Amino acid sequence: MSVYVENISKSFDGIKIFENVSFEVGPGEIVCIKGKSGEGKTTLLRCLNNLEQIDSGKIIIDGVDISKERDYRIIGGMIGMVFQNFNLFPHLSVMENLLLAPKYLKKSSDDDIESRANELIRTLEIEGKENMYPFQLSGGQKQRVAIARACMLNPTVLCFDEPTSALDNETTKQIGKVIKRLASEGMAIIIVTHDEGFVEEIGERVLNMKNASLKEEKISLV
Amino acid sequence: MRILEMLIPMTIEGLKVTLGVFAVTLIFALPLAVVVALLRRSKNRLVSGITAGYIYVMRGTPLLLQLMFIFFGFHFVPVIGYSFSRFQAIYIAFILNYTAYFAEIFRAGINAIDIGQYEGATVLGMSKSFTFMKIILPQVIKTVVPAVGNEVITLVKDTSLVYILGASDILKAARSVSNVYSAFSPYIFIALVYLVIVAVLTKALTMIEKRYNYYR
Repeated sequence: MSVYVENISKSFDGIKIFENVSFEVGPGEIVCIKGKSGEGKTTLLRCLNNLEQIDSGKIIIDGVDISKERDYRIIGGMIGMVFQNFNLFPHLSVMENLLLAPKYLKKSSDDDIESRANELIRTLEIEGKENMYPFQLSGGQKQRVAIARACMLNPTVLCFDEPTSALDNETTKQIGKVIKRLASEGMAIIIVTHDEGFVEEIGERVLNMKNASLKEEKISLV
Repeated sequence: MRILEMLIPMTIEGLKVTLGVFAVTLIFALPLAVVVALLRRSKNRLVSGITAGYIYVMRGTPLLLQLMFIFFGFHFVPVIGYSFSRFQAIYIAFILNYTAYFAEIFRAGINAIDIGQYEGATVLGMSKSFTFMKIILPQVIKTVVPAVGNEVITLVKDTSLVYILGASDILKAARSVSNVYSAFSPYIFIALVYLVIVAVLTKALTMIEKRYNYYR
């Protein structure tokens, strides 16, 4: 399994957000987590990325319990996140957004990092945008840059928070294809969304978050 | 004409003091202000409390009084009993005072950065210090340039306060020549010198603002 979540619970100031949530995602699997607004889907994703501390339970990725890991340099290489509003660095060009973290972490040579960036730029069809700044890009292009940036560290698991909320139907389809391509390369994908159409189109497994718990709703062999 | 013959060399000498105090203050106060702004935001209440107290005193008392306190007052402080030289006192007072004002501007700038920028950097494995230097600070600088620019222009004019410790700046040059010739024109001449300095600074600040306009 790429990610194994066991009995995690989270509350804020005594208010229970979710309790004893467990699930697992294998390599190349696309799992959609759906649910109404305020059910705690985004909080769950933030917990997976260690942006919030869980109250109890375990989050195992590649055999490491990342809920106990405090070194973000280690976590960053295991799990990636594409935020709802992308969180691109506005003062850096597209290429600089892609290169900054891997060059800082120095897990491979500069040449390898640059060729990985160029490969992702081709895969995600954002050629010609390398020297542009985020404000010069459309919503769909920003989404692709955010995906490319998260993929630069080659994480085992990639999380998406409401990836289609700012996109039109055509761009949503394109992003869906990109996500399927990443999954076909072995990346485990976890998507939080309330876009039923997108869930229908892309979700191999669908988990429903309701009343602070998570239930498996659909398993597809697509 | 005789007035100008006396005023110009004295103004040139005075400019060394005025621009010297201006430059030394900026060189030290700007980086110190970033540090003070971070300390002010510290989760450690003692650290943030002490920093808030320092800022309160520096912004709550006149710079003129601070100059006098550091030059004359330190001599009477028990245990320390140390006397600063005239220019040591001037530099210390100006740096401490302007660091406090700049720090509040930087703190507002840091607070204005979206938390998503920190989170974006965190999930990419960047350390807090690297995130601050490479992601946050460049964006803060863009935000604070106009407010810092205002303070920089105020600083030019505040340098005239050094007269209280007997330093000979450009305003002192005007006062001296005015006394000798019982004329008001030296003050007009010095007003023009201040305006020229401020015009150059305004141009430079506009260029800096434009330099950061490459992104939104």
